[in-house]
Amino acid sequence: MDRAEKAVDYLNADYGVRSWLLTRDHKRIAILYLLSITVMFMLGSVFAVLIRLELLTPAGDVVQADTYNKLFTMHGIVMIFFFLVPSIPAVLGNFLLPLMIGARDLAFPRLNLLSWYVYMVGAAFTLWAVITGGVDTGWTFYTPYSTTASHTNVLATAVGIFITGFSSILTGVNFIVTIHTMRAPGMTWFRLPLFVWAHYATSLIMILGTPVIAITILMLGLERAFGIGIFDPALGGDPILFQHLFWFYSHPAVYIMILPSMGVVSEIITCFARRRIFGYSFIAASSLAIAVFGFLVWGHHMFTSTQSVYAAMVFSVLSFAVAVPSAVKVFNWTATLYRGSITFEAPMLFALGFIGLFTIGGLTGLFLAALGLDVHVHDTYFVVAHFHYIMVGGALMGYLGAIHFWWPKMTGRMYPEAPARISAALVFVGFNLTFFPQFILGYLGMPRRYHAYPEEFQVLNVMSTTGASILGVGYLVPLCYLIWSLWRGRVAEANPWGAAGLEWRTNSPPPTENFAATPIVEEEAYAYPLKEPEVV
Amino acid sequence: MSSRTSTVAHQFDDAEQQRNASTLGIWVFLVTEIMMFGGLFTAYVLYRSSYPEAFAAASHHLNATLGAANTIVLLSSSLSMALAVRASQVGSRWGTVAGLVVTIVLGCIFLGVKGYEYASKFEENLVPGPFFDLPGAEPQSELFFSLYFAMTGLHAVHMVIGVGVLATLVVMALRRRFDADYHNPVEIGGLYWHFVDIVWIYLFPLLYLLGRH
Ligand SMILES: [Cu+2]
Repeated sequence: MDRAEKAVDYLNADYGVRSWLLTRDHKRIAILYLLSITVMFMLGSVFAVLIRLELLTPAGDVVQADTYNKLFTMHGIVMIFFFLVPSIPAVLGNFLLPLMIGARDLAFPRLNLLSWYVYMVGAAFTLWAVITGGVDTGWTFYTPYSTTASHTNVLATAVGIFITGFSSILTGVNFIVTIHTMRAPGMTWFRLPLFVWAHYATSLIMILGTPVIAITILMLGLERAFGIGIFDPALGGDPILFQHLFWFYSHPAVYIMILPSMGVVSEIITCFARRRIFGYSFIAASSLAIAVFGFLVWGHHMFTSTQSVYAAMVFSVLSFAVAVPSAVKVFNWTATLYRGSITFEAPMLFALGFIGLFTIGGLTGLFLAALGLDVHVHDTYFVVAHFHYIMVGGALMGYLGAIHFWWPKMTGRMYPEAPARISAALVFVGFNLTFFPQFILGYLGMPRRYHAYPEEFQVLNVMSTTGASILGVGYLVPLCYLIWSLWRGRVAEANPWGAAGLEWRTNSPPPTENFAATPIVEEEAYAYPLKEPEVV
Repeated sequence: MSSRTSTVAHQFDDAEQQRNASTLGIWVFLVTEIMMFGGLFTAYVLYRSSYPEAFAAASHHLNATLGAANTIVLLSSSLSMALAVRASQVGSRWGTVAGLVVTIVLGCIFLGVKGYEYASKFEENLVPGPFFDLPGAEPQSELFFSLYFAMTGLHAVHMVIGVGVLATLVVMALRRRFDADYHNPVEIGGLYWHFVDIVWIYLFPLLYLLGRH
């Protein structure tokens, strides 16, 4: 590495495994998270590949039904709890929050490191469950199947998820306190980048929702391990209570996954359109509105499980209402693009892809919030397609956009632009080819979670599997060139994109203390077109 | 002011920012704790309203005298904790240590009584699971004891953690880590301890007293 004449930065400030495993630098912890969640993403992808292979043909020929149950369960658990939930907050939020608000670190650096270890212990339990036979309950762990019927390794997985929840909680506490107390002079609330607002809202959900899933999983574990039967129908317990508690977290968890991506998109769109954000305060407030309303709509997952019709109507109306703040964001991004001087670097392609795919995901969510229609399509591939548009089309596109956008800041190297654009295109095409046919499959009545299906669904399933292989290539290509760029990428200057935001006013990569002197903020966020950029 | 520079961590500008951050941090953390206990309380409220007779009957098998005694022990421990915080604010090292030690002792008494109660439940076959046996009772009484063990158990785990936290504070106080300017950890430990007490203030009437004649 030709860093001889380079300044001291957080990467070369110290060497050795020990310096990484005991680091309290938020930037290094972000890198630790990046490596861990990448491994978990690859594991989750392996399960996805096997699922799509099985569904290539109508007969259940690649794996047994039992194995298939385990595959989709482990795919969901690994991707949701161990990749999507920590993805942007724990990697980019960790790296960027202090930089964006002009702080030297998060408020509680040791807690931050602890959160990574907690995550790793939780991941270890889950991996152990995978190795010792997997789980077959679905990622939703519905009782009494998960408590009495399933003979798989529910307990180890539950322990893993319980433990990992605390890493979310610690991250959420840390972010909230940091945003409240660590802002640089002049960094008022309404000068905060929208990425920070998005993470504030995300953190609220993390601290309010995650403890509920933790206690729910704990009750499940107690029932399974010791016969403390809180959901046991034989004792008068109510399995539906489990569903209520589960979705009280797991619907807001969707916003834990998508809100950070929305923050990313606000940063990227303004940068590559060279425009101030349209409706700053509306976007900021809509993040909070999503966090609040997100806690009031969980019942839309339970329209068909003995919910009273009046409760269902309220949940339906509120679910429609929660689409409003999301739509506010989409309109504001579109308005920001209007008359912008737009360039199409890879992060921008991912961000634009996000807007399109998230819009489709959001609109099909309205289908599912409608009481009558939901009865028709619930538990079909329509639902599968819908949430993949949100979580993969939305959250994952945002994550990839963010990784590309801030790669020079994190590593000090530029990624190669041409393959990055190709991969953005591959992901977009592959994604749509994978999941759009699933809307049709679901509407035609193909149920989810079966390893065999009637002949008439094969064409669409073959399309879906083909798309998945394109999507897979779209993910592998960045993995290759990003690693390559660490050695061969062009050395990045402090602000390669000409972007606004404090993180671009320090070196790439930043020094351990982030800024040579505490920056003083004198203008609003996204003050495009930029004045003469200065490096602090 | 060497103590000042040594107690302000590098990420903070000054002691005030550090104090604000850690105080906000513990409050936010306590919110997560409320949400966590909230799941169990939700289950309790649902089942109590569904099966009032079975729950009232089952709660007769709890020892209300011991529960009341434990409530007094915990309330006293909150007092001694508050005195420890006060002592730390005025820079009294031995006052801080004394208050913390009394709090720890009271906490251990609580846990001891709780352990005795648990043990007698084992003997009376009132622990949910295959050995549960309450002749003539409705099946929902086992539900009551499931909630009893889950709720008081989670509370007891918090007590154990609290005792550990206070013991750490005692060591820090003995090593002269606190003075009138820097005593935030004691305040934070105190907030946590009071929270755990308050949870018990709700648990005791809900589990031991409600429906008793
Ligand atoms: Cu939902």
